[in-house]
Amino acid sequence: MTTNGAEIDRQPGKLRVGMHWASSCGGCDISLLEIGEHLLELIEVADIVFWPCAADFKYRTVADYPDGYIDVCLFNGGIRSSEHERLARLLRRKSRTLVAYGACAMDGGIPALANLKSPREIYDAVYHSNPTLHNPGHVEPKTQWATPLGELDLPGMYPQVLRLGDIVDVDYQIPGCPPVGAQVWKVLQAVVAGEVPARNSAVRVGCDNRSVCDECPREKRKTRIKAFKRPHMAVPEPNWCLLEQGFVCLGASTRSGCGAQCPKAEMTCRGCYGSAGLSSDQGTAMLSALGSVIDAVTEDRAREVVDEIVDPTGTFYRFSLASSALKARR
Amino acid sequence: MTIPATTSAGPTRRISIDPITRLEGHGKIDIFLDADGEVADCFFQVPELRGFEKFCEGRPVEEMPRITPRICGVCPEAHLMASAKACDAVYKISLPLTARLIRELQYDIFYVTDHATHFYALAAPDFVMGPSSNPAERNLIGVIRKLGVGVGQQVIQARKWGHEAAAIFGGRPVNPENAIPGGVSKPITASERDRLEEIARYLLEFSKFTLKVLHDLVLANAEYVDLILHGPYYHETYSMGLVDDKNRTNFYDGKVRVVDPEGHELCKYAPRDYAKYIAERVEPWSYLKFPYLTQVGWKGFVDGKQSGVYRATPQARLNVADAMSTPLAQEAYEEYFETLTGDRSGHRMVHHTLAIHWARVVEMVNAAERALELVRHPELTHPENYRVIPHDTPTEGVGIVEAPRGTLVHHYVTDENGIIRKANLVVGTTNNHAAICMSIKKAAQGLIRKGSDITEGVLNMIEMSFRAYDPCFGCATHSLPGQMPMVVRVRDCGGTVLSTTTRA
Repeated sequence: MTTNGAEIDRQPGKLRVGMHWASSCGGCDISLLEIGEHLLELIEVADIVFWPCAADFKYRTVADYPDGYIDVCLFNGGIRSSEHERLARLLRRKSRTLVAYGACAMDGGIPALANLKSPREIYDAVYHSNPTLHNPGHVEPKTQWATPLGELDLPGMYPQVLRLGDIVDVDYQIPGCPPVGAQVWKVLQAVVAGEVPARNSAVRVGCDNRSVCDECPREKRKTRIKAFKRPHMAVPEPNWCLLEQGFVCLGASTRSGCGAQCPKAEMTCRGCYGSAGLSSDQGTAMLSALGSVIDAVTEDRAREVVDEIVDPTGTFYRFSLASSALKARR
Repeated sequence: MTIPATTSAGPTRRISIDPITRLEGHGKIDIFLDADGEVADCFFQVPELRGFEKFCEGRPVEEMPRITPRICGVCPEAHLMASAKACDAVYKISLPLTARLIRELQYDIFYVTDHATHFYALAAPDFVMGPSSNPAERNLIGVIRKLGVGVGQQVIQARKWGHEAAAIFGGRPVNPENAIPGGVSKPITASERDRLEEIARYLLEFSKFTLKVLHDLVLANAEYVDLILHGPYYHETYSMGLVDDKNRTNFYDGKVRVVDPEGHELCKYAPRDYAKYIAERVEPWSYLKFPYLTQVGWKGFVDGKQSGVYRATPQARLNVADAMSTPLAQEAYEEYFETLTGDRSGHRMVHHTLAIHWARVVEMVNAAERALELVRHPELTHPENYRVIPHDTPTEGVGIVEAPRGTLVHHYVTDENGIIRKANLVVGTTNNHAAICMSIKKAAQGLIRKGSDITEGVLNMIEMSFRAYDPCFGCATHSLPGQMPMVVRVRDCGGTVLSTTTRA
């Protein structure tokens, strides 16, 4: 993490830290546990004042905190319902520094693939056409439902998954699905030491400024791709660049900092650390990267090779559809 | 948190618990009281839906083991394995031995750490700190302070080493990425195997230690034993779980066995036949569906042999198993059944909801012992048999594992290029949805009586009824929204707030 002398906006005494999950999977909360025994060190210098996953502080407690009471709030998950939005706004008000923590809060994450479908299509699949359904009355959940004893309500779903930054100002972003524990600990140490970069919604911390390819140990042989292969249909040659072997790997368009974990496990990068460049459109960046490695001299031939890629949208924007130029289907 | 206004006629009062806490995911409870202050009815609602089943359509099937683990970052390995097995079935692949060994070993190590997380972080605070203790201290940090940093370090090491194992298998400590149709992406080297054995040995010692913690802190406390045996936490339902060919426990593979409340087998089926045996019901007041047994039928939110409601929990898995697959777990199984039923054979079923916590620790011992067996298998480190390339045309397949929270089904239909056309997911917690509703209602009925004080402690004891299930409504709704506060307002029939209780 670079330091420019800017101090985090904090109060004297122990640091007050919060963590919250919106439309996420819990993996981000688990990633905070990844700091292991450092968790015991963290408790020495910081009070956890809100962390539903690990501590019993309630929303009512947070509502009663003075504005700006929380020094740093790590917010994970995208925004899918009015309830998520309400909590995002509340935690923004209660927090001096609000961090979009993880791929979902930052770029929508995998749940944002739902933006390729309409809520109606989702309802039809889940409540009307799955093979185990027995729903002769065509029942669907209703946001309001009257029982003989009183009315029950459910929050409505938003038509698409949004980023935290679409709802409130975000001070920093930590990428990853989930963020890597060692990176998280570095960020927390810097916060405790007051050594953080100036706040700016575009500032990403807990990562590096290069691409996954730059930290990947697999050898590049400068060969060009003649055809694409699906990962289960061929065993990759060890230690050789997966993309050069024809496996679609997003390392070139993805921000570094994870340690190239997937390529080291013989799996292609799927881009969870977000866009490597200044543009947040990871898919466009990947397409231009492909342009330079495909073995084709004519445009038609290039198109032929690229057409072999199955599901380019769901692959190039696996974690970042909510940040892309595509945004949503409609 | 907005509390819906009471719209009913008549002398009804409503208690809303929104949201429930110390679980994975989001839910809320509405309790309706009659004029005497007794519980007239109770609804448990799950307020979210994410639609993985729909947006997986159009994705390549081999990407499903990389997409579906993001349904739940707490139990990604359960989705990883169920998805990989569904992919194998789609391509009609029979796994080579080494691939199978690696997957099951990976899964058993995950099982120990996942159960440990629930036991120490989510369940233990109710027992170590007490059901009605200060809620600000009723958490993992309180547990560590009370039991000592030494215990805390052991818990942290179990998690840490468990995640190190996940990274050895799949590159990443959370959301490992190694599962592919036909096996796993990389073999296990000899030195990796040695480290995995060290980890498995530690996890076995840790599981035995956890069993001792359970004995010392819960079973040695007469008040807790009374609560488990005689509290409002009891339902006689069907039980579901995977068993091997000798009807012993297996978390990774086998047939699904269902037994009735007395322990008689209702059915035993291969994963591909799951849709003949379970159906899902939709209620208009919850996003989450209600599975039930088709052979018995849906009879409403009631227990007993006539009702198709079943449970798929650690307790259910012990009920359906004739024996555990490993010796120390078998000892723990016999002790568990003898204490709770008077019969160590396991032939008499256990239905005490709070005893699910105990069954979970028995499973920890089982998973750790099984991991130790597998890690010593000579074929584990075979340099080639860790994967095969599919040759058949992809069509349709079902994969089932026992997720820590219940039987997990992934069912995919693809086109001839292996692109998903339809996906159906029946996940662990969803199996228990109807039973959880019933457990909450029964606890509310038992704990809220005419004229009784509705304290924070009482509310927590209602919540303990679902906490025993280790529910993951993130998985169940294929989303995981936040946990939030719990505010209870008692209103009169005109909507006027009579009292407010805040748990904070």
